[in-house]
Amino acid sequence: MLVVLIGVWEGAVDLFRIPVYLLPAPSAIWSDSVAIAGTVAGHTAATLHTVLVGFVVSFAISLPLAVLLTSSPYVSNALYPLIVLTQSIPKIALAPILIVILGANELPRIVITFLVAFFPLVIAIATGMLTVPPELIELGRSYKASRLQELYRIRLPYAVPFIFGGLKVAIALAVVGAVVAEFVNADKGLGYLIITATAFFQVPVAFGALILLSVMGIVLFQAVVIIERVFFPWSAVNQEAVIV
Amino acid sequence: MIEIDKLSKVFQSQDGEDVVAVRNFSVAIAKNEFVSLVGPSGCGKSTMLRLVAGLIPPTVGTILIEGVPVREPRQDTGIVFQSPTLLPWATVADNVLFPLKMMHQMAVDSLDKANALLGLVGLAGFEKKYPRELSGGMQQRAAICRALIHDPGILLMDEPFGALDALTREEMSLELLRIWTEQPKTILFVTHSIPEAVLLSDRVIVMSARPGEIVEIVEVPLPRPRSFAVEARSEFQDCAQHIRKLIFGARDEHDGAPS
Ligand SMILES: Nc1ncnc2c1ncn2[C@@H]1O[C@H](COP(=O)(O)OP(=O)(O)O)[C@@H](O)[C@H]1O
Ligand SMILES: [Mg+2]
Repeated sequence: MLVVLIGVWEGAVDLFRIPVYLLPAPSAIWSDSVAIAGTVAGHTAATLHTVLVGFVVSFAISLPLAVLLTSSPYVSNALYPLIVLTQSIPKIALAPILIVILGANELPRIVITFLVAFFPLVIAIATGMLTVPPELIELGRSYKASRLQELYRIRLPYAVPFIFGGLKVAIALAVVGAVVAEFVNADKGLGYLIITATAFFQVPVAFGALILLSVMGIVLFQAVVIIERVFFPWSAVNQEAVIV
Repeated sequence: MIEIDKLSKVFQSQDGEDVVAVRNFSVAIAKNEFVSLVGPSGCGKSTMLRLVAGLIPPTVGTILIEGVPVREPRQDTGIVFQSPTLLPWATVADNVLFPLKMMHQMAVDSLDKANALLGLVGLAGFEKKYPRELSGGMQQRAAICRALIHDPGILLMDEPFGALDALTREEMSLELLRIWTEQPKTILFVTHSIPEAVLLSDRVIVMSARPGEIVEIVEVPLPRPRSFAVEARSEFQDCAQHIRKLIFGARDEHDGAPS
């Protein structure tokens, strides 16, 4: 399927003599990118780093935040508007301001990645913890489970399929967030590479970066799927019944 | 000894109206007695069980267990719900051990005990399986093991065989009798099957619908040990017929809705 698509693409570019700055042929993308393979690898590593750190930070913050949100209606009433506010701010507009505040380094990029990725994750985890069947809560109460035991033994395990649902969205958004941040300010990364390459009309290189970003997104998404299958097989099974 | 004295439970419905689920319910259940609760659905059987379990507080009246008022779930009570309510992420053995883990009573031999119980109900070899790998009947057996793991003196069962097919159901009731004979305990058993109640119980509490009140407490005049053979005896038939009349007679006066 993919091979056919690339073949058609290559053939069409050849046939209609499409100028390279409009749509470079796959062969041109390949040769131009490989020519600077070392640089491209460096940019890929930089973006991957931002994506992964931003993703891990998102998870590390979302989990306790969701626990807090579901702990009482008062907390949730106080926190929800704040969380929604972080989502209504356009991230691309926030980026330059964050750079002024946090300095021209990776930190503002990680913050942007986090801001883009964490919201669906918090919502997914909180939803999971709130939809625990009342029978399971009653089971816990019957055997004198404390609030903490209820959290660790019932609510969180129940939320695992929801958590992974959120993680799958979050990892895809983390890639988006990192690239957006790199557009605004970076001295490396695939987003930066796209900006500089297009500035110098090296369109094949920009396309190469784009393809690398897509591949990165797919690989990271699959990594989350595999982690779920390996460590939480019952969760993956539950989802297959619903989704696949 | 469970002493229930003039117990009433009133719920607020969504639109703010009072729903009297149980009214003026009094009974004294002796230690190691097997008592069933039958009545049309919605007559407050589950509510009674929850009250005795200490999961909800009574509106009026008291429940004393060994002379102590029930205010919260007690360590020596085991509960079997209508559905197995097993944790899908835990193995069968871990599900059985759940009460011990919650109550910090895990001991070195706890796992052996769980395995022995599972063996008792014919689930040997399924210890490491997950609930979804078990049939409904097997899951309910595991749930019964869970209710027994901490050697409770009181076992509360809410239509535990309700979701099972007729054959499994009969098999399970005999199994329950066997467990009760081997490890005597006070059992409060909710069912909508009159023959099941008669087969198992020393006494059957017959309740009426809305408000849930005791119509009569019927003594079952059958010798123990019991098997399905007793179902052929005339005492069995008479007793079941008497209970049937109590329920349907009471219901005809109201709306006659089928169960
Ligand atoms: N938590 C609750 N809130 C409001 N009404 C309830 C609640 N639990 C039970 N009821 C009502 O109490 C009555 C008895 O219910 P239940 O004890 O479940 O009956 P049964 O188990 O005999 O079918 C029903 O009318 C039911 O609607
Ligand atoms: Mg019920």
